[in-house]
Amino acid sequence: MTIEIRNSLRLIAGLGFASFSAIATVAHAAPQDRVPWQLNMTTGATKVAGEVHDLHMLMFYICCAIGVLVFGAMFWSMYKHRKSLGVKPAQFSHSTTAEIIWTVAPIAILVVMAIPATRVLIDMSDSRGTTMTVKVTGYQWKWRYDYIDEKVGFVSSLAARSNEIRRPKSGRDPVAEKYQHYLLDVDKELVLPTKTKIRFLITADDVLHAWWVPALGWKRDAIPGFINEAWTYIDEPGTYRGQCAELCGKDHGFMPIVVRAVVKEDYSKWIADQRGTPSDLRYVQQGKTPEVALTVPTTGLPTAGLPAAGVPSAAPVGPTL
Amino acid sequence: MSAEVSSYGHAQDHSHDDHDHKPKGFLDRWLFTTNHKDIGTLYLVFALIMFFVGGSMAMIIRAELFQPGLQLVQPEFFNQMTTMHALVMIFGAVMPAWVGLANWMIPMMVGAPDMALPRMNNWSFWIMPFAFTILLSTLFMSSGGPAGGWTLYPPLSLQGGNSTAFVIFAIHLMGISSIMGAINIIATILNMRAPGMNLLNMPIFVWTWLITAFLLIAVMPVLAGAVTMLLTDKFFGTSFFNAAGGGDPVMFQHIFWFFGHPEVYILILPAFGVVSEIIPTFARKPLFGYNAMVYATASIAFLSFIVWAHHMFTVGMPLGAELFFMYSTMLIAVPTGVKVFNWVSTMWKGAMTFESPMLFAIAFVILFTIGGFSGLMLAIVPADFQYHDTYFVVAHFHYVLVTGAIFALMAATYYWLPKWSGNMYSERWGKIHFWNTMISANVLFFPQHFLGLAGMPRRIPDYNIAFAGFNEISSIGGFWFGLSQLIFAGVVIHCVYFSKTKATSQVWEGAKGLEWTLPSPAPHHTFQTPPTIDYTKLAHGVH
Repeated sequence: MTIEIRNSLRLIAGLGFASFSAIATVAHAAPQDRVPWQLNMTTGATKVAGEVHDLHMLMFYICCAIGVLVFGAMFWSMYKHRKSLGVKPAQFSHSTTAEIIWTVAPIAILVVMAIPATRVLIDMSDSRGTTMTVKVTGYQWKWRYDYIDEKVGFVSSLAARSNEIRRPKSGRDPVAEKYQHYLLDVDKELVLPTKTKIRFLITADDVLHAWWVPALGWKRDAIPGFINEAWTYIDEPGTYRGQCAELCGKDHGFMPIVVRAVVKEDYSKWIADQRGTPSDLRYVQQGKTPEVALTVPTTGLPTAGLPAAGVPSAAPVGPTL
Repeated sequence: MSAEVSSYGHAQDHSHDDHDHKPKGFLDRWLFTTNHKDIGTLYLVFALIMFFVGGSMAMIIRAELFQPGLQLVQPEFFNQMTTMHALVMIFGAVMPAWVGLANWMIPMMVGAPDMALPRMNNWSFWIMPFAFTILLSTLFMSSGGPAGGWTLYPPLSLQGGNSTAFVIFAIHLMGISSIMGAINIIATILNMRAPGMNLLNMPIFVWTWLITAFLLIAVMPVLAGAVTMLLTDKFFGTSFFNAAGGGDPVMFQHIFWFFGHPEVYILILPAFGVVSEIIPTFARKPLFGYNAMVYATASIAFLSFIVWAHHMFTVGMPLGAELFFMYSTMLIAVPTGVKVFNWVSTMWKGAMTFESPMLFAIAFVILFTIGGFSGLMLAIVPADFQYHDTYFVVAHFHYVLVTGAIFALMAATYYWLPKWSGNMYSERWGKIHFWNTMISANVLFFPQHFLGLAGMPRRIPDYNIAFAGFNEISSIGGFWFGLSQLIFAGVVIHCVYFSKTKATSQVWEGAKGLEWTLPSPAPHHTFQTPPTIDYTKLAHGVH
């Protein structure tokens, strides 16, 4: 998509859709945080997220242009072709030319949409060249992260303050408290290095979940018995927040995701500090080597450090790594 | 009977302008009825009641989402409300309403005396109240109603209690009812048309219902199979969807959406038909591109079978599958576009008036198209990775289902109510209902696009404070929309029981088609002798 096309589409969109084009102007809100009255998705924190945003805007502008033409014709007709103006109704009911045009033209527009969409999709599914792997496991209602190569793993749950406020009839109002990250903060963040192509292996232990950080540009379902793959490459340090995006039971709304991206040196220091800490599951597991825990993540999870997960899973389909 | 339709007059003379032959007793009239008009009325009344039941669940949802924090309900009950709201609205309100319209109108539109299978017709309807009694009763059981979403995805749906069995049995009953209704509609259309009413002379509403009925027969058994496997997984130790037993939770999603995508066209194709009847009437101009409308409907029905996986782009399908389902989904825009262009062309150079049915039909074209735009955006897989399971999707399907299907149902009600009741409804109150409904629906659903794009997932009872503003607006729109529907009920009740203005047989100046040759109200028995078809008096003209 060239800049000229994008600009001309933007111009067309602006003609009739004053309120719609307002969306475009806030298209570049900060990727980190949701802002009140936010109208649009952000350009995100990765190149892929930016491409997804551009695709989204391309689709939006094309739809606006079609809308202006179609609704414009309709409103013109409603204004001009009214019985109260004394018009006599025409009686035509066919136009082969018009019908061919409005069958072929949409196909051409669809091709224009499909080409960049295909390119971005192929890019997103190409996980070659990753240099580290994080396994993400969804539980009712928390996330477990395993840094496969580092043999570090921990569970990340809703932060205590959010958890207190969200209790029914807690009497506390997150708006009054100006609690900006209400329901979007965790007790332990997923720390990732920037400028690194990171592979995610995503699965679940009990029911379906979906791991979604909008700033990374995608979500992927976490499915018991399956391992889904995805990747990211974060450019800038920052804190990127997300939520479970697949209904997973009563606390589906209360299992957020927080990714803290730091420069590689800080990441190395952080991961070294993690080994052997109480939150590191591999060191509190009893009777299991880390390797066993890695290959059979759905069984024998420690009760220490990991509150009981919903319905006991009959589980172990050995997900192959 | 007015003079200009005298070519059909002899048909009614035989039915004596009908001093009716209605059964006398209440049970004889309604419980044992085999009359397509009475069964149509039963379906429509049932659908309206369910619309208010499902609507009150939506009010609970919007009340809880009015501001951040949990004020009114427990999260588990919230999930029961979102699940039940969808099941009641889809299977209890929209589908029975379309079957009710089919019952009332198809025999009258094709010149048949009744439906082909009148006793089965009675059974099709009377299953429904029992099915919904069973479904709604689960809310009062100790394990509560279904809370895993209307899509019933395992493993979550299997975590429900024993009430799961009631839900599945209720879905089986609804499926049986729908399949029987569909068989009846197909048999009626294919066998009982008046001589001269060839397939390509049928009113578009009849065409869209014929195609819809085939979709129903094709996919309702698929849903029955899917929920039966859920039942045996839950109660009989099978592992169809349990990975631990060698099953596959994703397979459920494939099966469900192989039903589910044609299902959404089951909800919307009859709406296309209704709008294609109404716009020519009030534009006083033949429907533009009748044949194209028929072929476009058939194309959409065909495509509906090969796009199902666009509901599950994020499950991790191979690249090739994602590309296939993206392209096939985008293709739906072509026949749908043809329909929209044809409606606009029908309006073009007509002589329009804007009575309530036309207002709802025009609002349908505009707002359904907006829902179509967001549908096209959702087809783009990389973008769908962001939109999926957010309020953007909620906005999308409410634009196509509420301002789409429901608006078309309201248009149809205003359009044919004078024919059914013999009285004119209050145009003033019809317009008040329209403007309140149209504006409030947009206040309700448009901000949900913003919420989804800003990152709010669907099916959550509580949310980050950044989403507070638009949720508040959306809830206000929701309450406004809900209250506006009381006006609708009022207009209908007033029209049927209290209106002093009698309807003519023609009702609308520009109306064409066999149903308008009958007196208003339509007698209990009509077209006992087949009418003679005058091709110039069909809505789409001579072609």
